[in-house]
Amino acid sequence: MHTSTLLILVLAFMSLAYYVGRKRAISTAGGVTRINTLHSLPVYYGLYAALWAGLPALLLMGLWAGFQDDILVALVKSELPATMLDGLSPGAASLLVNDIKNLASGAIVSRTPTPEMQLAADRYNLYNQFAVWAMWLAVSALALGGMAFAWLRTQPKMRARNRVESIFMAILVIFSSIAILTTLGIVLSVLFESMRFFQEVSPLEFFFGTLWSPQTALRADQIGASGAFGAVPLFTGTLMVSAIAMFVAVPIGLMSAIYLSEYAPRKVRAWAKPTLEVLAGVPTVVYGFFAALTVAPFIRELGMSMGLNVASESALAAGLVMGIMIIPFVSSLSEDVINAVPQAMRDGSYALGATQSETIRRVIIPAALPGIVGGILLAVSRAIGETMIVVMAAGLAANLTANPLESVTTVTVQIVTLLTGDQEFDSAKTMAAFALGLTLFVVTLTLNVIALHIVRKYREQYE
Amino acid sequence: MNKTPAAGAPPKRAIDIVNASLKRRYARERRFRFIGLSAVILGLSFVGLLFADIIAKGHSAFVQTYIQLPVHFEAAVLDPDGSRNPEVLARANYQQLIRDALRTEFPGVTDRRETRTLYSMISVGAPTQLRDRVLANPDLIGTTQDVWLLADDDIDMLVKGHIDRGLPENQRRVKDQAVGWVEQLEAQGRIAKRFNTIFFTNGTSREPELAGIAGALMGSFYTLILTLLFAFPIGVGAAIYLEEFAPKNRWTDLIEVNINNLAAVPSIVFGLLGLAVFISVFGVPRSTPLVAALVLTLMTLPTIIIASRAALKSVPPSIREAALGVGASPLQTQIHHVLPLAMPGMLTGTIIGMAQALGETAPLLMIGMIAFIVEIPSGFTSPSTVLPVQIFLWADSPERAFVERTSAAIMVLLAFLILMNLTAVLLRRRFERRW
Repeated sequence: MHTSTLLILVLAFMSLAYYVGRKRAISTAGGVTRINTLHSLPVYYGLYAALWAGLPALLLMGLWAGFQDDILVALVKSELPATMLDGLSPGAASLLVNDIKNLASGAIVSRTPTPEMQLAADRYNLYNQFAVWAMWLAVSALALGGMAFAWLRTQPKMRARNRVESIFMAILVIFSSIAILTTLGIVLSVLFESMRFFQEVSPLEFFFGTLWSPQTALRADQIGASGAFGAVPLFTGTLMVSAIAMFVAVPIGLMSAIYLSEYAPRKVRAWAKPTLEVLAGVPTVVYGFFAALTVAPFIRELGMSMGLNVASESALAAGLVMGIMIIPFVSSLSEDVINAVPQAMRDGSYALGATQSETIRRVIIPAALPGIVGGILLAVSRAIGETMIVVMAAGLAANLTANPLESVTTVTVQIVTLLTGDQEFDSAKTMAAFALGLTLFVVTLTLNVIALHIVRKYREQYE
Repeated sequence: MNKTPAAGAPPKRAIDIVNASLKRRYARERRFRFIGLSAVILGLSFVGLLFADIIAKGHSAFVQTYIQLPVHFEAAVLDPDGSRNPEVLARANYQQLIRDALRTEFPGVTDRRETRTLYSMISVGAPTQLRDRVLANPDLIGTTQDVWLLADDDIDMLVKGHIDRGLPENQRRVKDQAVGWVEQLEAQGRIAKRFNTIFFTNGTSREPELAGIAGALMGSFYTLILTLLFAFPIGVGAAIYLEEFAPKNRWTDLIEVNINNLAAVPSIVFGLLGLAVFISVFGVPRSTPLVAALVLTLMTLPTIIIASRAALKSVPPSIREAALGVGASPLQTQIHHVLPLAMPGMLTGTIIGMAQALGETAPLLMIGMIAFIVEIPSGFTSPSTVLPVQIFLWADSPERAFVERTSAAIMVLLAFLILMNLTAVLLRRRFERRW
């Protein structure tokens, strides 16, 4: 009696309805020879019937699956003896409900079950069985009812195609609004948790404090772990790693873009460009592994041999590898804008006797500069939001330092560490992660909006 | 040019100035060109270095060390009452057999600590190996057989040469005595490296020699299937609406700006969304392919929508006009005529989106995919992990043997990604049409 079986059943009803609807349309028209009297093709009558059979039933199923458990829990709770729930905090009450559910499904229970609990669990099972049966009946009835309704409505004059198409159009509109809903979901989810965080920790402390130590006290009498949420070390760490990455990526990316678009013979370009772009397709976790196990030890050895003290998780290693990752990003964006510079400008420069490199430096780069800057801004936003490389190769300690050989931590690293440990969902620690997420989202969004604006303006200039 | 040169000085023509500077300018030209070339070569060498490093670290994980021992299937241990009852056989002490075999092989070992070192040469997974053998063929009981037993990861590393035998003993994980035993066995030809099937058939494990990627692969498979089922129809539908039907107004402008921005939102933010919305509000079970697919769908949608719109744009308007001209409705025009022509481009975009989803790690850490799950997931709602997260978890493990397994898992992941991208490229080549 699984829900997916019911889903398959509804799909079966839909195909049956399609077949029946199509047959019905042909027979009301008076046979295959007279289908020209139908308003729409028979297919549309079939689809019409299928939609009537499927959509209401699926909708009901979705609602039922969403609310069934809440209703059952409320029922079971209302039947519990009042003494059991008296004086329980909401958390303890939900723990009790959880135990009853576990008891019902035969899973491990966190306390020795009392007879009342056993009774409640039995009731829960009973209701559950009943609810599943009721859902099957209701959903099948609705599907059959929809089919019958469509059957009755089918006549040659009915504008089946228009109705089916309007439903499809509605679905398309819903699909295209998902992008908006996603953004809304992101903003609301981070904003909501961040607001709660900022009620506990003042924004002033968060944005300007220089001590980051998110360990909050587990017990009230614990000392020295009150939690400090000054995020400045995280911001500087993020900036340092990103800056190192840009130092690697911008010169290499830009120069290879120039070489590939202006100098390289067609053949070289044809295989060098895709090979370089392989770097963009490699998953970031692979870069993280490369940074942590190959580059970081190498830099450490190198530093030791020069008498420098290098942390085993240095900002330099993470930044270098991140730079490698961003090279294709910078190079393909710059190449696009360099190619967009009109040939006439090059020809004019050559006609005046400039060499190729002079043309590039004096004419093409200045002309393409806004686009290149836009591309670099996009790359910066990518570097700031990059997670896996820094999680694996940068450290956890929030050092406020300007030395790239020391270990630093970044915003993304802290989000991951704060949210992957074992703590309750609404502790200050997890909410701090959402506040960091909000900061990250706002910064990258601003960078993107500016960059896209610059790039678009620049494109219009030459179109 | 018409300036009068100073009296006495020879007349200086522009061409002389140019000629004088030519050498310097050509040198700069060559230098510039050289810098460009070296940037390309540097970039390409990073690609080479990355792949060479991974392959050098990981290739040895595809073989696994086995030790051959004569195991006596002692009836008194396995089947004391002689009933051959499978339940009794399944619960028998197979470890005992291995220990006995080791002791008969190295009779000189008596000291407690030495015995423990000796026992630890064979993997803790070896008893299961013996049990499966006996259950498959109960006639083995009472006989002595030469059995190839799974070696422990430290021995495996030693045999593969990842532990330097030349190092002083106290800097080495495998002590001199064990090295001696291994050398003795090697001389007798009782140590062999065989193809590592465990790596492809097991779930993860704390013991490197028993850890495999099957669980993570299945998790990735389920996640990707669901992501495809969600993202492809939604992406294509949204692209058709935005490109072909949407009226030009503020709402559609907003959607467009939104899609472009979503494409650049850091992936970890999608993880926060999944945690706060899908898990906390909608109650989707944690660490399942279902919740992972929901998050990855939202992440890959912009890629698919942008690619699909480009594909729709490349279909010439004459196709639409012809269809409308013979009486097709706008939706029929799209579904019957435009969509089939735009499909290769849309599929290419979708495959690239799926490749992104396959390699994505950060948002999945937020939604509980980092749980330690040994079982191979059996469905869309069973707890599971995915290949990149498995790589992340293994990369964190201290055992030396996990380094090569991590690299090998990366090689498998990269192989899938290369395969997907090649398909996309071939698809584009095969069906690309110039109108």
